[in-house]
Amino acid sequence: MSIALDIHITEKRYGDRAVLRDVSLQLQQGEIVSLIGASGCGKSSLLSIASGLDRDFQGQIKMDGNPLNGVSREIGFIFQEPRLFPWLTVAQNVAFDNDGDPRLVKRLLSEVGLDDHAAALPKHLSGGQAQRAAIARGLFTQPRVLLLDEPFSAVDAFTRMKLQDLLLRIAHEHRLTVLLVTHDIDEALYLSDRVVLLDGTAAPALTEFHPAPSPRKRGDIGAAELKAAILDSLHV
Amino acid sequence: MSSQLAASATSALADAREQKAIRAPQAARNTTNPRWRRVLLGLLLPVTALAATEIAVRSGLIPSHLLPAPTQILDTLADLGAHGLLGHIGASTLRVAAGFGIGALLAVLLGAAVGLSRRAEALLDPTFQALRAIPSLAWVPLLLLWLGIDEAPKLVLIAIGAFFPVYMGVASGIRGVDRKLIEVARLYRLSNIALTRRVLLPAALPSILTGLRNGLSLAWMFMVAAELIAASRGLGYLLSDGRETSRADIVLAAIALLAILGKISDGIMAAIEHRCLAWRDSYEGAQSR
Repeated sequence: MSIALDIHITEKRYGDRAVLRDVSLQLQQGEIVSLIGASGCGKSSLLSIASGLDRDFQGQIKMDGNPLNGVSREIGFIFQEPRLFPWLTVAQNVAFDNDGDPRLVKRLLSEVGLDDHAAALPKHLSGGQAQRAAIARGLFTQPRVLLLDEPFSAVDAFTRMKLQDLLLRIAHEHRLTVLLVTHDIDEALYLSDRVVLLDGTAAPALTEFHPAPSPRKRGDIGAAELKAAILDSLHV
Repeated sequence: MSSQLAASATSALADAREQKAIRAPQAARNTTNPRWRRVLLGLLLPVTALAATEIAVRSGLIPSHLLPAPTQILDTLADLGAHGLLGHIGASTLRVAAGFGIGALLAVLLGAAVGLSRRAEALLDPTFQALRAIPSLAWVPLLLLWLGIDEAPKLVLIAIGAFFPVYMGVASGIRGVDRKLIEVARLYRLSNIALTRRVLLPAALPSILTGLRNGLSLAWMFMVAAELIAASRGLGYLLSDGRETSRADIVLAAIALLAILGKISDGIMAAIEHRCLAWRDSYEGAQSR
């Protein structure tokens, strides 16, 4: 398998404080990788750099071996909150990118289970529906890499499970390479081919864990053992 | 098997929750008070006050030369109607429309420049904030000196009145746009013009419309100030004429017309605001039962 996304950050600073130092992470084509770590360890900063939104860092991001300068249609980004434009309907939000194919909207809304809500305004959606619409918008540019920053943290447990299964299905159908930042170790172990524990300025900055091969079940015994190992690494 | 059942129950629960979220606004609409009830509620205070005034004046509690009865004011309005009242109303309305149009247009352009550019803010905002602090009447002598007593000083005074609320609404509205929405827009590589048109202006619209509404109401106030000083037509002129001829009924008739015209123009602005901001998920006040 080839490397879809190659992240190498020599240093990322906020003023005098370095949040990431000597972090290298490669994502194989079609791989789902979860990034976990304590608050403030640099997870979201890494994701922002990988998306091209943050260019104020030392290092390099490569996609298929080519350096990435700024945001790209090949990389979709799902934020922690849906961040839908409240004055646009669900369909208009999904098709926010002018360069996308408008015919995709219907198919994407169907994929995320929002067929009947194309004309609805965001204020009429539940938290889970709004996040589904955000996922559809993230897929509208037909990206090959999808970055997600704690995308299910604001929804209840039942909705979260549904959204996790939706993400797995979509990642498989669209052959996406996924980098997911999460605080939820169970979520990381259920969704990911690889779980990476980040401590942005420690050495080594990354520690890796490998859940059982897909398809996985929730609450596997192996997952419980891995969770204990991860908690141990986090000194919890 | 049990895990399948649990997953199925979980799925049904989440579906029910999402359906409930869609039905909730419909349920809210069904229980909304009828519009006529709100209109009647709004009329309650003025009608009561008018009835009380009528009784107080007719019974001699209040001298009618100081406060004429509402029915006497209606007679005065009918009498004025036969002697060019529409011309006065038309003159004042046209002045407000022209002055507000000029002031609001300049305010939108300059407010947008200040909201969008830190350099424009540094250049313009301190001066505008200083000018905003000047009382409206302080402009009058200068405008009369520079522009004479024709239409120009009146329009400029009204434009000044309308300018500052709109300017503040536009500039602060743009600066108040949620940074997270702009971050989403940046993912789509929008140009500055597209970002302004597709994100900043729609997001700032609530503040802009509030500014326009306040600007329009100030335009009416400044129109009266302008017409009180030098005019031969208009509601401000009627006020001045009523005072000079000791006709409280004319003064009150002009005041009543100003209230009605102000309410109509504000109602139009409120309707535009309501229509343009139908997407807003805001508090609409508690319903009393």
